[in-house]
Amino acid sequence: MSYTFLQNYWWVLISLLGGLLVALMFVQGANLHLGNRTLDDTQKRMILNSTGRKWELTFTTLVTFGGAFFASFPLFYSTSFGGAYWVWVLLLITFVFQAVSYEFQHKKENLLGVKGFRIALMVNGFLAPFLVGTAVGTFFTGSDFKVDKLSIVDPTNPVISTWGNTWHGLEALGQPHAVLLGITLVFLTSILGALYIMSNIDDDRILSQMRRTVKIAAIPFLAVFLTWLVILLLRKGYAVSPEGTVSLESGKYLHNLLSQPWLLTMTLVGVVLVLWGIYQGAFSKSRRGIWPAGIGTVLVVMAVFFLAGFNGTAYYPSCTDLQSSLTLANSSSSIFTLKVMSWVSLLIPFVVAYIAFAWRAMDKKKITKEEIIGKENKY
Amino acid sequence: MDVVIWSRIQFAMTAAYHWLFVPLTLGLALVMAIMETIYVVKKDEFWKKAAQFWIKLFAVNFAVGIATGIILEFEFGTNWSNYSWFVGDMFGAPLAIEGILAFFMEATFFAVMFFGWNKVSPKFHLASTWLTGIGATISAYWILVANGWMQNPVGTTFNPDTVRSEMASAQAFWEVISNPVAVSKFFHSVSSGWVTGGVFVVGVSAWYLLKGREKKFAMKSILVGGIVGLVGSGAVMLSGDSSGVHAAEFQPMKLAAAEGLRDGGRGAAFTIVPGVKIPKMLSFLATHDFNGYVPGINDILKGYTDNDGNVVPSVQQKMAMGRTALDALAKYRELKDSDPVSAAAARKILDENVQYMGYGHLSKPEDVVPPVGVVFWAFRFMIGIGMLLALVMLLSVWFAWKEKIGGMKWLLWLTIICIPLVYICGQSGWVVAEVGRQPWTIQGLLPVNVAISSLSVGAVKTTFFIFLAVFALFLAIEIRILIGAIRKGPELPVEPQNA
Repeated sequence: MSYTFLQNYWWVLISLLGGLLVALMFVQGANLHLGNRTLDDTQKRMILNSTGRKWELTFTTLVTFGGAFFASFPLFYSTSFGGAYWVWVLLLITFVFQAVSYEFQHKKENLLGVKGFRIALMVNGFLAPFLVGTAVGTFFTGSDFKVDKLSIVDPTNPVISTWGNTWHGLEALGQPHAVLLGITLVFLTSILGALYIMSNIDDDRILSQMRRTVKIAAIPFLAVFLTWLVILLLRKGYAVSPEGTVSLESGKYLHNLLSQPWLLTMTLVGVVLVLWGIYQGAFSKSRRGIWPAGIGTVLVVMAVFFLAGFNGTAYYPSCTDLQSSLTLANSSSSIFTLKVMSWVSLLIPFVVAYIAFAWRAMDKKKITKEEIIGKENKY
Repeated sequence: MDVVIWSRIQFAMTAAYHWLFVPLTLGLALVMAIMETIYVVKKDEFWKKAAQFWIKLFAVNFAVGIATGIILEFEFGTNWSNYSWFVGDMFGAPLAIEGILAFFMEATFFAVMFFGWNKVSPKFHLASTWLTGIGATISAYWILVANGWMQNPVGTTFNPDTVRSEMASAQAFWEVISNPVAVSKFFHSVSSGWVTGGVFVVGVSAWYLLKGREKKFAMKSILVGGIVGLVGSGAVMLSGDSSGVHAAEFQPMKLAAAEGLRDGGRGAAFTIVPGVKIPKMLSFLATHDFNGYVPGINDILKGYTDNDGNVVPSVQQKMAMGRTALDALAKYRELKDSDPVSAAAARKILDENVQYMGYGHLSKPEDVVPPVGVVFWAFRFMIGIGMLLALVMLLSVWFAWKEKIGGMKWLLWLTIICIPLVYICGQSGWVVAEVGRQPWTIQGLLPVNVAISSLSVGAVKTTFFIFLAVFALFLAIEIRILIGAIRKGPELPVEPQNA
């Protein structure tokens, strides 16, 4: 296994984890629907218990995504986390509140009331996809940082990766192109959330409301996503020469798409699957739209990561110091670490298998009002 | 105070807070899994309800443990940027494996355990309860592999081209995961979790007995919890002994600080409290030889000859060699493209001194001395309370077995007092381990002052106070909910004892 092969293999795994993370953010999207005013408290509690059985998978995928990025491309971890500080801290805080909101929400000793924790879940439902989307958006717009490995010999100023401004990541909110991807993810996850609820809960009112939501959200989702995509294909991109020199290239991402027909195919298949899922949810009797839409989401997100990292592209570019940009080659772990981790990655199918097994066993029966009103364990 | 101090305070607070919840998770997991096993074997509804009660408390505690755990993972990157790059090659791997192997197991089977009573078969449910606890335990292993590597960095070489510590070979990974420091840390931490779970269960049950409630439930819980706590106490002592030997071997300064040993020597005495000493005991604990040599703080500063006859240079000399290494590194990187011959010469100087490169970042020799008073007293709290807890667990099991504990008010009260004590004990243990290794993030390789992110003091201070407020809120809520649930008590099947 060559070093380059291993770096590419790990970029595929990071992309896969990223894709799974976004698809699993149906939990966040579904929690946004806790704000639906036509639903009564029991119905909202059905949604809460429905996402309550899945949120830990999303959360764990986020943690593993972070851990895998750390292990395979540590320079990204140190540069982006330490640099775009406020973005990651904000994301962290919303997830920390989410983690306790299920368990605490309906306990009378919880100090913040049912409403407080419901709001916390909705804030997470919005901010998590928005911030993740915007952060991935900066893979194409670039960020304001510098990497100088020799800094470490200077005890007065030893940090290798330094951010160029004191906004520490929040400046991405001033990058319309990156923000568009954030908004895209908010609409997408709210659609996925509605589709998931339809597949998991037996209640006519909820079902009709979710169908309506899918219909309404589909239009802005498509509009924002296509705008982001068109701008992406037209903009200058960050190309890397085989020697590792970074330069700006017009239409770089369009070139990436056209010169890798498999990537174009993958993107199109993904988009079609998402549209099919939306169609099922909005117009057909089927309640299984989450599956094509979820799988389509994984494919599209992976394609976005591939556009950013493959075919001689700097995946985490610095717009203020081009040669500091991170590439798969200059930011990865050593060949030995990648090799060891590749062996570990062979366990992933096994993990997926037991998750699927447990998921099926738990979801055989859909959630009903009786279950929520009754004495069973619930949030 | 500067950004290094605030970054340390923030990380210390997060880790300490996380460690309030983890031990109870590890210990309660075992208690409830044992109870549910008895239910499945005996098919006695009582044991199902007993297990369900403890699972309810487990779930509240588990949620806060998860919330604090993710902050720790992110903080490696957000606040220790240089650290993340410098050792990401070594440290990232166990963290990623922890996610893949352990967290998914916990997350998946926790949901089955919590919601699945009427959805899956009793055996599948029992397996899920065990797998939740096993997942938590595996998770402890991987994070302690990462932590153990920071205390004893095996299997790594410095690469001047990438400027970081890298895995020396694919086989070196085995050195990392079988690192003796990691192994004894794992047993020490997990068994201390069992003690915590045991003490918690016994203390809560004692409260019921004092109130004259739930007698059968309380007696049975004291037996199960007490045995878990007692077994945990035994394992904690054994693994603590090997932790001491490892500290002597790999982190002599930590041991010297924990003992307040200014000047060491052969046949060193163990200080119980200042003024009360056991002759030759420290030498025995540290080297398993009554006449073994144990260096004191001053010996380490001035240099000494260790038990294997190796001459350990003074800190001043190490710092000089460290600076030579850093200068050679700068020169190597400057010349490696333009003047390969001079670069090779610089590389040679670097390789000869690289072992002490971390010392090149220090400004004075005394920087290698951790806060002695804190470590010294934390060590004494840990051992003193730990021994008391072992005794209380022994007495509880004995008198519960004899069915006499219900009438022994003093013992019941003592077990309740042990609940706060077990937390003080666990926290003291972490203070010894983590304050005792200052100033190193990675022993000998990377001191805290060069491990940080490039952030303003204001930014780190702000996040510190945000996290502090969030943690305080969560802790207050958790304690209120736990007390509420304990007051309400288990929902047992109606039996004459409870009528």
